[in-house]
Amino acid sequence: MLIDVHAHFYHAAAPRADWRERNASRLAAGRKIGVTIHVASILGSWGRTSPIYFPSPPDVEAGNTALLALQREQPDVIRGYVTVNPNYTSHARAEIARCLGAGMVGVKLAASRRATDPLLDPICELAREHGVPVLHHVWQHRRRDWPGQEASDGAELSALAARHPRVRFILAHIGGGGDWEHSLAAVRATPNVYVDLSGSGVDGGMLEACLAGAGVERLLWGTDLTMDTGWAKLRYLERLLPPGELELVQWKNAARIFPRGAFPAD
Amino acid sequence: MRIDVNAFVGAYPYRRVPGTSPDGLLRAMTRAAIDEAWVSHLPSLFWRQPMEGNAWLYETVAHEPRLKPVPALHPGVSGWERALGEAADRGAPAGRCDPMYYGLDPAGPDMRVLAAACGAAKLPLMMAVRLEDARQRHPNDTAAELPAAAVRALIRSDEDLRLLITHADRGFIEEVHFGSTPDEAARLWWDVSWIWGPPEDHLALLLGTIGLDRFVFGTGQPLRIPEASMAKLDLLELEPQQRAGIESENARAGLLR
Repeated sequence: MLIDVHAHFYHAAAPRADWRERNASRLAAGRKIGVTIHVASILGSWGRTSPIYFPSPPDVEAGNTALLALQREQPDVIRGYVTVNPNYTSHARAEIARCLGAGMVGVKLAASRRATDPLLDPICELAREHGVPVLHHVWQHRRRDWPGQEASDGAELSALAARHPRVRFILAHIGGGGDWEHSLAAVRATPNVYVDLSGSGVDGGMLEACLAGAGVERLLWGTDLTMDTGWAKLRYLERLLPPGELELVQWKNAARIFPRGAFPAD
Repeated sequence: MRIDVNAFVGAYPYRRVPGTSPDGLLRAMTRAAIDEAWVSHLPSLFWRQPMEGNAWLYETVAHEPRLKPVPALHPGVSGWERALGEAADRGAPAGRCDPMYYGLDPAGPDMRVLAAACGAAKLPLMMAVRLEDARQRHPNDTAAELPAAAVRALIRSDEDLRLLITHADRGFIEEVHFGSTPDEAARLWWDVSWIWGPPEDHLALLLGTIGLDRFVFGTGQPLRIPEASMAKLDLLELEPQQRAGIESENARAGLLR
């Protein structure tokens, strides 16, 4: 069993003409790699009618609806995160209720509002009530503001996690560019933050640092936009870890933090 | 046969990297079933006199037939012609120059002289676009990435020059390839280390649009784990002959002649 905790799909309202091919490619590569479940999100209109990281409420809704449709079409392999924009509190809470009620299994917070901001609290409170994890987009050591997103880094996510100790947070794409050593140090003492290994980065020493910094019980396998690098990290871990620990990263840690019944073997 | 054209030995100044010793590299090659690696001396990339690392490099690879030396060539430092001659005499598969790290104009007069000399010596010139993702570099690691315009300028500057460009992504490769004549593009090779696989499928696209014979297997190890380049190829639908082209035959036929 192999659970990809950080996948994305596209839809007709996205700006890409090749959205069907990209979705098909993810599923085909997943079959080759052995992915059992893609836990995915759709970030609004992917920039077509509102910014990727600041999606408008209608775009949030359309993206989530498209993901629910994909989940219905491929119930054996796709699960969804509800994407929300915390600047629209009522809408975000309604979306969470709607989409979790329709079978989604987690909440996706991108970069519409800093993790340290109180506006994230009502979102996290709902995640706690429903017992679902929050996948939070993270810039690994944010030294300044970057255009197009109000990104948070590991230290800021740790602050949010400390405010919500009963919510499980997933620090997104440790290999997604940025200073991953900073992130690992920042979340080391925050037990409710899990590290997703996705991202295009395949730096030598990164996986050893993840094991040392977060421990094998807080690592989650994922791909994000590059499945080749995800597979590479999995292959590397196969040499690094005994089978029992490898299984934790492959799926058992994910099965522990997502709601019971979210995955086939649960 | 699998040849990694893009490997390093020696320490990296900006973060701790495991496996930088020759033995460490050899262990990683065994793990990833890589038969041969073209190896550069990583520390000297950051030296004022990069060619001072060449003697150690030659000495190191002399003990290990699986490693081939890629010596540094700095055209702004006296003695580079001798270093180039030595590289050719010793059968090095390529020489390398990293103008952005050396503080050279990447398409300036020094680089053009080096390009012509490499062309005359029939020694391919290797250049890296980057070593690390720009978002993660150390605050003091401020060298700019190699511009695509410089690669276009260099390949146009000498009709005998062959360039091996590593760590380039899809946009860079397309810009240079389609910004070159067919004759110029036929003297350019690209390693696969920085090209995305599925679901974006950049590598599959480039193999179709630019041609499989322009690509060679490279990893960037030990700064990057070699499994990444293996996984990219495993995710493609390649005939054995096509895969052999990328993994060894393109390098042999195009760069080792």
